[in-house]
Amino acid sequence: MSSRDNILKEVLKNQPADRALPVIDIPVTTTHEEWVEALKTRLEILHVAVREVADYAALKHLLQQEAIPQDRTVTTIAELSDVSTLIEAVKEDAHSLEDVDLAIIPAHFGVAENGAMWVTESLIQYRVLPFITQQLAIVVNRKDIVYNMHQAYQRIAGTTQYDFGVFIAGPSKTADIEQSLVLGAHGPKGMTLYLLG
Amino acid sequence: MHSKVTNHADAAIQFNLDEPRVDWHDKTLWFIREKRDLASHAIPEWEQLREYASQIKNNVLSNLSQYLQEFEKNAIANGVIVHWAADAAEHNQIVHEILKKHKVDRMVKSKSMLTEECGLNEHLEHNGIEVIDTDLGERIVQLAKEPPSHIVLPCIHWKKEEIGELFHEHLGTDKGASDPKYLTAAAREHLRETFLTRRVALTGVNFAVAETGEFVVSTNEGNADMGAHLADVHIACMGIEKIIPKQEHLSVFLRLLARSATGQPITTYSSHFKKPQPHQEMHLVLVDNGRSVHLGKDDFRNSLKCIRCAACMNTCPVYRRSGGHSYHNAVAGPIGSILTPNFDMRANKDLPFASTLCGSCSNVCPVKIDIHDQLYKWRQVLMKEGLGPTAKNASMKMMGWVLSKPALYDLSGKAARLVLKYSPFVVSNKMNPWYKQREMPAPPKESFKEWYKKNRSN
Ligand code: SF4
Repeated sequence: MSSRDNILKEVLKNQPADRALPVIDIPVTTTHEEWVEALKTRLEILHVAVREVADYAALKHLLQQEAIPQDRTVTTIAELSDVSTLIEAVKEDAHSLEDVDLAIIPAHFGVAENGAMWVTESLIQYRVLPFITQQLAIVVNRKDIVYNMHQAYQRIAGTTQYDFGVFIAGPSKTADIEQSLVLGAHGPKGMTLYLLG
Repeated sequence: MHSKVTNHADAAIQFNLDEPRVDWHDKTLWFIREKRDLASHAIPEWEQLREYASQIKNNVLSNLSQYLQEFEKNAIANGVIVHWAADAAEHNQIVHEILKKHKVDRMVKSKSMLTEECGLNEHLEHNGIEVIDTDLGERIVQLAKEPPSHIVLPCIHWKKEEIGELFHEHLGTDKGASDPKYLTAAAREHLRETFLTRRVALTGVNFAVAETGEFVVSTNEGNADMGAHLADVHIACMGIEKIIPKQEHLSVFLRLLARSATGQPITTYSSHFKKPQPHQEMHLVLVDNGRSVHLGKDDFRNSLKCIRCAACMNTCPVYRRSGGHSYHNAVAGPIGSILTPNFDMRANKDLPFASTLCGSCSNVCPVKIDIHDQLYKWRQVLMKEGLGPTAKNASMKMMGWVLSKPALYDLSGKAARLVLKYSPFVVSNKMNPWYKQREMPAPPKESFKEWYKKNRSN
């Protein structure tokens, strides 16, 4: 018998009588505006700079003002193609992204309780992009803020499929050396969130 | 395997030779416990979440064979190659075969307690394969040729000056430099180069979803993603108990995990791997290694609910003052003390005695494992098996060490009476060194009363 069949047989033999799954019901009583405020507070704790912008035109203007060097800035947002290099599809080996200084990517939605932004492969083209870049900027619509993770997974279940998805809550970090927080362990050293609308 | 079998008492006594260091270790972990308290108190529904998590895990254990098959079917449909390993040796062999097939002799690895349990690094190194651990804490202990001492914070027992010395030797940092920022930056450069040149990456798995065939990996550093996305081959290894039924259940576990572990509301990255990239091969290894037998033990199966948050370790007065290595296993602390006897009762007979039964571990556990009750039940089993405290063995030493007053024992007394007589001592006597600590949680009256009632007749 294969290990698979042996394991399954042994598990079946030893698993106890069925215990029911709970129905998860965590009501949210606060308002959307409160969620946005909670998100901003959370992001500050996570060392994420938050910029509120009306629309893509305003965001472009802001990026131009910040004089971000265009050659090492990439984006997967078509509206930002004249302030950074647009990645429309996977054309090269992902290793070619190793010199990216800033990646500007969209998120489907953000979660107020923990500051996490939900990003899937179709939004970033290269899975490694939000990790390999030195700095990360995420653009999310103000209306796409939910309060907690239960709402987040309801939203994920209701939207299209993904091959890879990730919640990103701030820059890469570590506290492995004597519990001192250091940003930029392997991934981005800093993160900005553009709250649109 | 790395864990040379010793006993907790001797190792703890060794660890305690340097008292200021023990105090420092203790305080560092307590600081993390306090962060966990703040984070959990900020969530009004915290207890409800723990209850959900516990119920979901109970359901998982009671339907594990079905969920495993559902997961396998969906993962295969997603394009993942699924392997099954009966034990550590088969697990290591499967990983080695994949490397051989791709003619690769170097690989990166992110944190995986399962591979520690299986002794994978040693096995591969023995076969001429270089493994680089990419979690900063794990890299530090790897350079020092030590196992991790904590499942979430692998080098919690290391001081920055020592890490500076280690990096000076291995990474060429300035002599005497100990600034965490500087040292982290040096590790970043060293590992970035590694990520860019390795073709195979191995990661652990925090949760695997039966309903969708996806698996979730949580990190703060982003090392699992840097490795997995840049590699041609991604190998993920998991114990069979890591399955959860539905995607929506991730909400419960992701809310609990990081808050319990470090007091963060979520880790920086919670990556959901469903399908391989077009050019990539994705392997998933499901490992039993004693779990299916463990599942059959009514008194002890609950420990398979563990999500490896380490809250029970951070809160444990014995762990904080004896260090992770004294538990001589990949998983230390209270959870290690109830898990490891399932796999090898003899080799781990000292561990259920490495506790004051104060109950703090059970109070913080996000999946409500009855940890201290299981510790007590293990003591009873060990007694019956003749492996309990006797004048000469490790368990006795452990009891002695925990109470710090071995001379008080009536060593000629019957073993059962010994526990009856001295266990109350553990929670009440002023000589108990743990009791003096102001942060010591109140002993759980219920379980002690229960225990006392049950044992008075002996
Ligand atoms: S036993 Fe509970 S508290 Fe301890 S590591 Fe496991 S889940 Fe966390």
